[in-house]
Amino acid sequence: MKIIVNAVPHEVTASMLAAALDELGFTSRAMATALNGRFVPGKDRKTTALSEGDQLEVLAPMQGG
Amino acid sequence: MRLYDIEITSPLLLGTAQYPSPVVLLDAIAASGADIVTVSLRRETADGSGAGFFDLLQQTGCRILPNTAGCHSAQEAVTTAQMAREVFGTDWIKLEVIGHSDTLQPDVFALVEAARILSNDGFKVFPYTTDDLVVGEKLIAAGCQVLMPWGAPIGSGQGLRNPGALRAMRAHFPNVAMIVDAGIGRPSDAAQAMELGMDAVLLNTAVAKAGDPEKMAQAMAQAVEAGRMGYRADPMDRRDMAVPSTPILGLAELA
Repeated sequence: MKIIVNAVPHEVTASMLAAALDELGFTSRAMATALNGRFVPGKDRKTTALSEGDQLEVLAPMQGG
Repeated sequence: MRLYDIEITSPLLLGTAQYPSPVVLLDAIAASGADIVTVSLRRETADGSGAGFFDLLQQTGCRILPNTAGCHSAQEAVTTAQMAREVFGTDWIKLEVIGHSDTLQPDVFALVEAARILSNDGFKVFPYTTDDLVVGEKLIAAGCQVLMPWGAPIGSGQGLRNPGALRAMRAHFPNVAMIVDAGIGRPSDAAQAMELGMDAVLLNTAVAKAGDPEKMAQAMAQAVEAGRMGYRADPMDRRDMAVPSTPILGLAELA
């Protein structure tokens, strides 16, 4: 299915968020996820199902003021 | 200075953005003596550099204060705060809800709403706000134990645009930790904020964009210390006219 990951369209075969992150190569220990604007805690990624057109944000630490 | 349940020594909080290199950033943090540094969350890149940056900051021993910079609604800010809590392992959040993209002025209505949601969810909120007393009251009612009024627009380096309003805030909230956040450009601006009785100053661009960030960090550290001591020393009142400091008594008549 096609989902939007950090504003870029991606085709994924995984149906669950955790598997999709692996498939997309997101392996960092310091990252957080939000699906369609809602926070998805790390512990819930395995049980969070994806749907066609979902918007996934994967965020990481960055410099800030 | 007590920020929520933590006693903090340094009255200088430092941002980590816009430095010429990671080495310069680390040198500036060390020179500033800061106990707290601010960070953000941005989209993860393919190289996973975010974890490396986090590791770098953890070497400094500083406490991390994540921000919600760039959020324009309460919902965005709340989601960002939740993500930051997981990544950085802290319930501290510098809450920014931007209302205007030119001035980066806080949307104080959304700020209060987000502060209430986050405080109820166990966050310790550091709200980036204006110098408006009523907004300050509403933020405290929402659960904030710290207020962070602006000195001037973010990144402008204009110094304190409205010292009178900050003085009024200090008088109105004598027992609330207050940090001037944004607008500081020079050490004298930081000293002035502390002379007004602020508990601390949060700055970033003034150090990062100085010709010598390490030296400026040191200058800012000295400035906040001087300002704090000056406030505690209870400065003299201003006078409209000159008053001779040398005694008149015993002055010779030589004319």
